[in-house]
Amino acid sequence: MSKYILRRVLIAFPLILAVTTVVFFMLRIAVPGDPAKLMAGDRATPELIEQIRKNLGLDRPLAEQYLIFLRNFAQGDLGRSVKFREPVLGVIAKAFPFTAAITFLSVSVGSAIGLLIGIITAVYQRTWIDNLGIVTAVFFYSIPTFWLGLMLILIFAVGLRILPVQGAGSWRHFVLPVATLAVGQSALIARLTRSSMIEVLSTDYVRTARAKGLAHRRVLIGHALKNTLIPVITVVGLSVGGLLGGAVITESIFGLPGVGRLAIDSISNRDYPMIQGTVILVAASFVFVNLIVDIIYAFVDPRIRYE
Amino acid sequence: MNSDRPQGLYTLVIMKFVRNRVALAGLACLLIILLAIIFAPQVTPYDPIQKDTPARNQAPSLLHPFGTDKLGRDIMSRVLYGGRVSLQVGFLSIGLAVIISAPLGLFAGFFGGFLDNVIMRVMDLILAFPGLILAIWLVSLLGANMVNVIIAIAFFSLPTYARLIRGITLSIREMEYVMAARSMGAGSARIMFYHILPGVLGPMIVVTTLGVSGAIVAGASLSFLGLGVRPPTPEWGAMLADGRNYLRTQWWIAVFPGMTITLVVLILNIIGDALRDALDPNVRA
Repeated sequence: MSKYILRRVLIAFPLILAVTTVVFFMLRIAVPGDPAKLMAGDRATPELIEQIRKNLGLDRPLAEQYLIFLRNFAQGDLGRSVKFREPVLGVIAKAFPFTAAITFLSVSVGSAIGLLIGIITAVYQRTWIDNLGIVTAVFFYSIPTFWLGLMLILIFAVGLRILPVQGAGSWRHFVLPVATLAVGQSALIARLTRSSMIEVLSTDYVRTARAKGLAHRRVLIGHALKNTLIPVITVVGLSVGGLLGGAVITESIFGLPGVGRLAIDSISNRDYPMIQGTVILVAASFVFVNLIVDIIYAFVDPRIRYE
Repeated sequence: MNSDRPQGLYTLVIMKFVRNRVALAGLACLLIILLAIIFAPQVTPYDPIQKDTPARNQAPSLLHPFGTDKLGRDIMSRVLYGGRVSLQVGFLSIGLAVIISAPLGLFAGFFGGFLDNVIMRVMDLILAFPGLILAIWLVSLLGANMVNVIIAIAFFSLPTYARLIRGITLSIREMEYVMAARSMGAGSARIMFYHILPGVLGPMIVVTTLGVSGAIVAGASLSFLGLGVRPPTPEWGAMLADGRNYLRTQWWIAVFPGMTITLVVLILNIIGDALRDALDPNVRA
């Protein structure tokens, strides 16, 4: 087991290094034009552009820039934000809890609801409960995040006036953003759990469990559920990527000062160190979440450990 | 199914698909929407961009079924014309992704070894970024316009298709009929084209159908965030971004474009699911 975990960790680190390398070189190579000029804006004086170039170390050879960048990155230094005039990591650290909170809450709430609906629809396969569940899940799965967010505002904040439209002052500000993300998540997990459960319910060992007279509930929870969870766990991990993308949209709709909002603002401010920092950090968190999922996976399915 | 003629896989798949009434209704709806979008100038008398100040801020009525915005532009016309942009983004980005990733996945799976390793590690790297975040970042670097939105969405979609095709190629490569073809002297190119590619086709149709719906949403998301198509060009995401400022007073500006995206995405998802069921021999019609 520890060997397996070690191997997963050893895969994750080079991946994060590769991510940062790509992000670094994309800005320097793929961008048409001079990053210093882009950052300074259209009406900047040549002196200002030169100043920015020097501040960012863009006047040095690319290889040297890269080594400096790596050294700083290893020390937790992702440069200084042009807009905030503060270390990038510090600004992100202030925004991160908001994004982490809505992502974590929507994954947990959405997956729990999805799991429950998936199990119920699988158990009541080919009845009206199942049909209702499938139709609702496909519908909720298809609603784009940004529209769902606006409609929830229209209904609960503008219409019923029971929840705030924007801001991050109290727990009530998090209800709508989390709901916006959790709806799609629950639909995704419900669909997957249903098909996974149906497959497991038709296996021989479940039939054996039933044949020896175990109670229905016991068969479901004690025997079928664990194997049902195997594909579900993988997708929960992968769905975090979608939710982090969705967080950008929900944060912008609900005015939450999270990392997603920060990324979008940095783009309009041409704050390239900040953009670079947010992209690296979001990708690194995603790799980290999937590392954890891989480890949980090995606990649920012992076969994985001996791969 | 007691017909005397032998039935091919695709005849069976189509027969199974046709029996799914929900999917058929969806297909019909999709065709109607597509026709309305293609023939937008004939369907609607209003210009989607031209201002019409006297008609501004009107609630939905017979004259303007989806209402008008603050410049008096007919929302339904803008939804129809906007569909051209959104659907182009959806289909072109996935088309581009498939064209690039199909040979990558095929070669990786067929030849294996070093080539496979290089291609799949690059795909892993792309997958390390959450899709929409990667797209947002690429568009911010390349510049916000429709072509770059298509490139960005195609880019983050690459691993999905490359992995799928590689996986299927790996399993077909070992099949007896491929060995038979090889023993008869068929070359690699012939085996890939005539023996492996047809096997890839079915699952690919399902995944691309679902991919197009995802790409439409991703494109609209980018425009919603101000990183895609710019106003005054009508586009579904951009229209929603505009409408969010008028939720209290002119709800129809945000409601109708969003309903249209949801409807199109829902239909594509239903069709994709139905195709998946039709291709799955374990699912009865």
